[in-house]
Amino acid sequence: MPLPSYALGVMDASVYAPEVFARGLPSTLRQEQQPQGSGEPAGSVAAAAAPLLSLQGIGLSFGGVVALADIDLSVQSGEIRAIIGPNGAGKSSLINVISGVYRPDRGHVELDGAVYAQVPTQRLAHLGVARTFQNLALFKGLSVLDNVASGLAYKVRSNFAGQVLGIGLSRDEQRDSLSRAEQILQFLHLTAIRDRLVGTLPYGLQKRVELARALVAEPRLLLLDEPMAGMTASEKSEMAAFVRAARDRFATTVVLIEHDVGVVMDLSDRIAVLDYGRKIADATPDEVRNDQRVIDAYLGGASDNEGTSSNEEGAGI
Amino acid sequence: MTAISSDFSSVPVLPKWIVPVLLLAFAYGVVPLIGSSYLFEAILLPFLALSLAGVGLNILTGYAGQVSLGSAAFMAAGAFAAYNFNLRVEGLPLIGSIFLAGIVAAAIGIVFGLPSLRLKGFYLAVSTLAAQFFVQWALTKFSWFSNNSASGVIDAPRLSISGYALDGAIGRYLFALTIVTVLTFLAYRLVTSQTGRNFIAIRDNETAARIIGIPVLKTKLLAFAISSFIIGVAGVIWAFAYLRTVEPDGFDLDRSFQILFIIIIGGLASIRGAFFGAALIVVFPLGLSRLGGFLLGDLFDSGVLDMSQRIVLGALIILFLILEPDGLVALWDRIRRRLLFAWQST
Repeated sequence: MPLPSYALGVMDASVYAPEVFARGLPSTLRQEQQPQGSGEPAGSVAAAAAPLLSLQGIGLSFGGVVALADIDLSVQSGEIRAIIGPNGAGKSSLINVISGVYRPDRGHVELDGAVYAQVPTQRLAHLGVARTFQNLALFKGLSVLDNVASGLAYKVRSNFAGQVLGIGLSRDEQRDSLSRAEQILQFLHLTAIRDRLVGTLPYGLQKRVELARALVAEPRLLLLDEPMAGMTASEKSEMAAFVRAARDRFATTVVLIEHDVGVVMDLSDRIAVLDYGRKIADATPDEVRNDQRVIDAYLGGASDNEGTSSNEEGAGI
Repeated sequence: MTAISSDFSSVPVLPKWIVPVLLLAFAYGVVPLIGSSYLFEAILLPFLALSLAGVGLNILTGYAGQVSLGSAAFMAAGAFAAYNFNLRVEGLPLIGSIFLAGIVAAAIGIVFGLPSLRLKGFYLAVSTLAAQFFVQWALTKFSWFSNNSASGVIDAPRLSISGYALDGAIGRYLFALTIVTVLTFLAYRLVTSQTGRNFIAIRDNETAARIIGIPVLKTKLLAFAISSFIIGVAGVIWAFAYLRTVEPDGFDLDRSFQILFIIIIGGLASIRGAFFGAALIVVFPLGLSRLGGFLLGDLFDSGVLDMSQRIVLGALIILFLILEPDGLVALWDRIRRRLLFAWQST
């Protein structure tokens, strides 16, 4: 039985995608577009190429607690890959390993062909990787626009003296980063609140600002740690549409962690399932849905709940 | 023209530069004509020096989030460096000595900022105490710094710019005012630049700042350097223009706390806040002594004054931390909005 939330996903695409694309893409932005909808995994387009991200034999433990055990993961360019699993399955640890916050005990991370025992966090942005955090990690004292513009801080070359005097290079950089931040704000429908301090915004909008800050650098790999946690059903589907639109517009590869299975099934090209630090499945949404081990470990009764709630939501719209 | 709606947002906003420009015009054009020498010597000169020190500390503590208790040490470093450059380098203009003094203070600031790469908050504050004690010790211990003067107290050189002496109270006031104006303007430019945003990013969330590629270590040391530069120049103004003597004792831990209180009371992460805080810190003891003398007469001697000053100041700081953590600046902005709103509704 197909999940009813599928219908919702189609609606999202029709609601958001046209206006996103009607606006016309600035020439600075990459324009590679992936096929729309969840029916055609983008993986089939890029399957022949080497994976953008690949984890080999990752093991991580905290004291005696095994967070991750022998995890292999391979993500193709342009793919939206979800990582799901019960609480404590090691999902956030995995994102932290990929972004270099944790150093794995065993194994290594391969990013676009380069192999790392620990991904250098300081150079993460230069490597084309951006991430969001499970608990918001915005700069409360800065406006929405400045928060988003700070996502471009890694490429600033002018020094403070040039910036203070407002000469040459620093001026161009300032103009460039603000205009790119404005574009992203428009893309994520945040323009109206650009001058607000982020600390004063409701939670759902803060999550979206964090996505904007990650996207403004046009990363090749975007890591989203529970981007929809704590959102209402309609905010979730809105966020899912934004993630898909971002992938389509910037050809960004997305790895995301999410609890809401309904949203994930609809959004992702492939899904990896973790349980007690082990990967128990890695397949397309349809295969995962029917995988007995996944059903036992995670979906079980929960999938009924998710289905029902999504159903109600779909009917509501 | 009356407002169309009574919304707060419709309150007419003056361009941001209007108020500072009017204040400067007043400070340059009117104050020298009407001010008494008491006003310059006892109020305006210490106010200017402490304001500038507050601006410097605010860059480090308010914007970049690195707590420091070493401000007075950087003031002392600036004052003594300027004195020695002026004494030992032939033909160096006064402005050159002051600039180099700022550089020396910045270098010392970088050295004592190194612990910030590992330490945060309270622990960092304690480690900056090392700067406070070390600098004061070195200046007392090595008499070379004070040109082998027996008392350790030395007269500051006369202020002059290209041969034009600025000896009088008004001259020293204009000298200090000009330096404070220029550095404050540059500080304002800094905190609104990308570097300033990096400071705030590191203060608000260091992990996220590192992840998005802000060079955290470099930026922290830069904050220490710039802050110490400004505080060092404030030290020169304090010694050369206000006290007219240079001595280590004036730059003790009490002074460091005083500057910290200035930015807490005035408003953290606000350039204006340093001026609000410094004004309160300078004017408050004078007002208190007048008030005490008026109410209690002879009972209110200097001992009682000193004691009551500490008590009231301590209470003020506690009140501000609880009731208005954003300081006098936030209080002022709220009152101003209310007044504008009330004026508009009539």
